[in-house]
Amino acid sequence: MKYIDEFRDGQVAQGLAARIRQEVEPGRAYALMEFCGGHTHAICRYGIEDLLPDKVRLIHGPGCPVCVLPSGRLQSAIDLAERDRVILCSYGDLLRVPGAQGDTLLKAKARGAEVRMVYSISDALDIARAQPGRQVVFFAIGFETTTPPTAVVILQARREGLHNFSVYCNHVLTPPALRAILADHRPGSGADPKANSLLNGCIGPAHVSTIIGSEPYQFVAADYRQPLVIAGFEPLDVLQAILLLIRQINTGAAKVENEYTRAVTPEGNRKAQRLMAEVFELRPRFEWRGLGELPDSALAIRPEFAEWDAERRFTMPPIQAADHKACACAEVLRGIKRPQDCKVFGAACTPDHPLGSCMVSAEGACAAHYHYGRFRQAAA
Amino acid sequence: MNPIPQRFAHHLDLKHGCVELTHGGGGRAMAQLIEELFLAAFDNDWLRTQDDGARLPGCDGRLVMATDSHVVSPLFFPGGDIGCLSVHGTINDVAMTGAKPLYLAATFILEEGFPLADLKRIVDSMAQASRQAGVPIVTGDTKVVERGKGDGVFITTTGIGVIPPGVEISASRAKPGDAILISGALGDHGMAVLSQRENLSFESPIMSDTAALHGLVAALIQVAPGIHCLRDPTRGGLGSALNEIAQQSGVGMRLREAAIPVHEPVRALCEFLGLDPLYVANEGKLLAIGPAKLAETALAALRNHPLGREAAIIGEVVADDHGFVEMETTFGGRRLVDWLSGEQLPRIC
Repeated sequence: MKYIDEFRDGQVAQGLAARIRQEVEPGRAYALMEFCGGHTHAICRYGIEDLLPDKVRLIHGPGCPVCVLPSGRLQSAIDLAERDRVILCSYGDLLRVPGAQGDTLLKAKARGAEVRMVYSISDALDIARAQPGRQVVFFAIGFETTTPPTAVVILQARREGLHNFSVYCNHVLTPPALRAILADHRPGSGADPKANSLLNGCIGPAHVSTIIGSEPYQFVAADYRQPLVIAGFEPLDVLQAILLLIRQINTGAAKVENEYTRAVTPEGNRKAQRLMAEVFELRPRFEWRGLGELPDSALAIRPEFAEWDAERRFTMPPIQAADHKACACAEVLRGIKRPQDCKVFGAACTPDHPLGSCMVSAEGACAAHYHYGRFRQAAA
Repeated sequence: MNPIPQRFAHHLDLKHGCVELTHGGGGRAMAQLIEELFLAAFDNDWLRTQDDGARLPGCDGRLVMATDSHVVSPLFFPGGDIGCLSVHGTINDVAMTGAKPLYLAATFILEEGFPLADLKRIVDSMAQASRQAGVPIVTGDTKVVERGKGDGVFITTTGIGVIPPGVEISASRAKPGDAILISGALGDHGMAVLSQRENLSFESPIMSDTAALHGLVAALIQVAPGIHCLRDPTRGGLGSALNEIAQQSGVGMRLREAAIPVHEPVRALCEFLGLDPLYVANEGKLLAIGPAKLAETALAALRNHPLGREAAIIGEVVADDHGFVEMETTFGGRRLVDWLSGEQLPRIC
């Protein structure tokens, strides 16, 4: 595949890995967090850890959109799907994520709810056009990457006067989550400061950064004295970013660098940003699975688009649903525990019977480790 | 004087007619459907008797029986349709035991209102596949369900075959040191079908690989009768088939990603949709596991057959109490090729 295989070249990888081995200094720690689930997936899928010296430790972050959705909001979507005349459209990843008491959209579908998996939000709009007698709701989740398409479709629905379409908006923002993670990992702070959880650097998001640009990450360097390197989702991108982080750490630098220059600019995609600003506004607070309530960390649909806002069109009382008590998703999402440190990992919690959200999506740290990497545990 | 009435006053309207409930009712309409459609297409001595069962000659050796139901959507896809698929699927299940397939039975569950023209297309495709494979459909059954209670047509086929002497093939026979071979590129069938689904507006050149593999199996067994396991990696793909064998045989596997053939369009579409070709269905590929010393001979036999031109040795069986299927990635790392959990769902980003 043109423009893809070049970024998966095993020989180039060996060269980069050799340089990483050369440049790693004894006596230094290199605990690097990849924020994004896309990076987590690439790391596990390509076995990148096999190419790294032991001193370089990768810590999975919270950037899996499915994983951070709290179970209460997922349960609200399930309840919505079970109403008469509603067709709930969702991205495939979400269908197996457990809501309250382990219920899922797939189970609701089996009970008779009309749940449709779509590849794109515009497919949901097509369904609404084709089924004027039904209420079509799109279950919108994701970081800044999936938000502009949602904005486009809401604007399109308004232009067409499509009154049987609405969006259940769960879009969240990357910088506030990153801030929460960095605060958590500051020396002497956080839930478990002795858990060897201090970070030395971050691999910054790929697709998210194409939208927001590299500028919004400056606080990482300024406020937390951490290096951050924005990287693409291909495995060579990840290795290159690791090398750049090692170089910053070795020189004591803390700056935002952009490895993903083929797609990310300092200012990002202005048009996408304008669309987002036109349709969405900040929610004062929003609950994240694992990170708790974070201020100004999510988006709501502006009142002028109320007609296309499922939370205004339907009565949707907030649902508080506690996660399974043995599940360590919260600590895994914050990078405090590794998937295999969770008591139920691979035992009570497996991809076939996930107790927590991290075991569902291929981008979830637990699912990625289970599917691709658990043989390492057996070897250890 | 009026002429003696014909058995059926009018021919079935195979252009514009539809399946009706009476076509499954056991009366004249059903007899007509069988005679003018099924019998006309599958025509052979066993069917012509129109008895309830087919009387087959006895044969020496161990018999194999396999059955497979087909519920594919859409019914017609690039490179095939539910008709030929239902013939190939069962022939392949019989062949994967090392047996020579001899006879097929076919059951149709038809939905009221299903166009007879489509049914004829499907039945003709089955007839052609069965003739090409040299495996006749010797008996069958038809049921009709009310509109809305089926999905057009479901077809179940059952096959009988006989295992040649000296052949001992089972998914429980893989041994450490064995070589793992695949007969060609992965994922063509699954991606051909997926690219036709109504909610995916893709144009792709991908064709299903649906094919009867008993000829390929015979060619393989002829030069390498000591093969331990054969499996056609259908639903769940290569990944699932290898995990099944690893579990049944109590062994592990080590694959080399670079050696696994996948056609470029399949790779690209999988990449686009966030799917892994290792878990995508195939309908014309086989996986063979056998002693390393037979590997090159087996590979040559596969490659000499039209259905095995792209065959490759993709890894080996190892001793592993955990039964892990591991793969050396093209990138130089290692990963697990795990069981599939539920259906493959596309990722969000």
